[in-house]
Amino acid sequence: MTIVPETPSRLVVIHPLVVRITHWINAVAVFCMLFSGWAIYNASPLFPFAFPKWATLGGWLGGALAWHFAAMWLFALNGLAYLIYGLLARHFATTFLPLSPGAIWRDARAALRFRLVHRVGRYNAVQRLAYGIAIALGLLLVASGCALWKPVQWQALANLFGGYEWARRVHFAAMAGLGGFILLHLALVAIVPSTLLAMITGRARVTEETVR
Amino acid sequence: MPRDPDDAARLKALRRDLAPDLARLERRMVLRGGLSLGALTLLSGCDLSTGSNGTLADRVLWAMSRANDRVQQWLFDPATLAPTYPASMIDSPFRFNAFYPPDNIPEIDEATWKLEVSGLVADKAPWTLAKLRALPQESQITRHICIEGWSQIGQWSGVPLRTFLERSGADLTAKYVGFKCADRYYGSLDMPSALHPQTILALDFAGQPLAPEYGYPLRVRVPTKLGFKSPKHIAAIFVTNDYPGGYWEDQGYNWFSGI
Repeated sequence: MTIVPETPSRLVVIHPLVVRITHWINAVAVFCMLFSGWAIYNASPLFPFAFPKWATLGGWLGGALAWHFAAMWLFALNGLAYLIYGLLARHFATTFLPLSPGAIWRDARAALRFRLVHRVGRYNAVQRLAYGIAIALGLLLVASGCALWKPVQWQALANLFGGYEWARRVHFAAMAGLGGFILLHLALVAIVPSTLLAMITGRARVTEETVR
Repeated sequence: MPRDPDDAARLKALRRDLAPDLARLERRMVLRGGLSLGALTLLSGCDLSTGSNGTLADRVLWAMSRANDRVQQWLFDPATLAPTYPASMIDSPFRFNAFYPPDNIPEIDEATWKLEVSGLVADKAPWTLAKLRALPQESQITRHICIEGWSQIGQWSGVPLRTFLERSGADLTAKYVGFKCADRYYGSLDMPSALHPQTILALDFAGQPLAPEYGYPLRVRVPTKLGFKSPKHIAAIFVTNDYPGGYWEDQGYNWFSGI
């Protein structure tokens, strides 16, 4: 019997409490916005397809709109809280920056060859890019959503998107982009389930040599 | 088997009378059915169907809709005009849209039609089309945005509702202007929206008297609100401080629905 020397390890906080709270509120809000939005889309489809009934929220157009216009406050205000925290607490600066095209290219190639080295609590360049895009899509969804909600009162904003009809298309494209991000996000969580636990407890076990 | 022509005519008339009720009933059944089918709507009563005193989800949704009314009232600027468009951008053909199929469009006889006025107004004498046409007219080419999401640009002309309310001696400090329609539709506007310079009682569409499918003989046109806030085939207008609701609003569409 051989005794394997225990690698010294300790728990470190990798997701601050504010990030965890806003993450889970956002998960609920996005769930409501996405599935009620699909029901609204189905009332007058922009493209030659409709979303399946089982993937819609609200039961009918009036119900779906009620969900969408209730959950939008949760999505926007929670997102705002996250942005304020991210900027003021330098969360964005320390977790998503620096980010360079060279680093993205290097990490993307490594990821595709399954040779990307992961370090607990530190995002690689592809992850930084993906989270940055997700935040940008969230902002675009709110902005294009405001243009659709108030194309007369906020006509300058609607004009920025090329008018009401183009704002519909931008809103749809941003939804599709965020939907793609969510699929990737959930797939990666399924592959590395410990990341789910970390987003709840905020903590991850780190071996001493990886701590710098 | 050949059918008695009288029977056939009676059956046709009966089917026509029943169609709106059937459509309504069918829609309600689809709602209930949708609940059990939709994996995301397994909780019953999260679709507004149980009303503002119903399930917790429905109570929250109705309360949020009322809160959104207040936010929109605050966002509404009486001086902001809806964008107008050149005649070259008018959409044709223009969609027919109602809670019933086109063969249920009410048939209205100009000779007997009258616009009733009631509530907080000094002059309750009914209006004829000739009397309405004698008032100052406004024309607009604006975008009609449907709650379903689609939009079309059309041209409407008629009497500014503000002019009509002033001539009727309406209490302009009252909260609501309500409409009753010949097709059982009904609706209401907040007073600031009713007094908006682009809110008109439309008599013409695309330069012609309103066709039956577009609300003959008189409809409201409110380019600062979603399409369902512009009732067609108006038979009565009333001014009130008691919330009048509306055909769709009572089922759950947001009441203010400003754009």
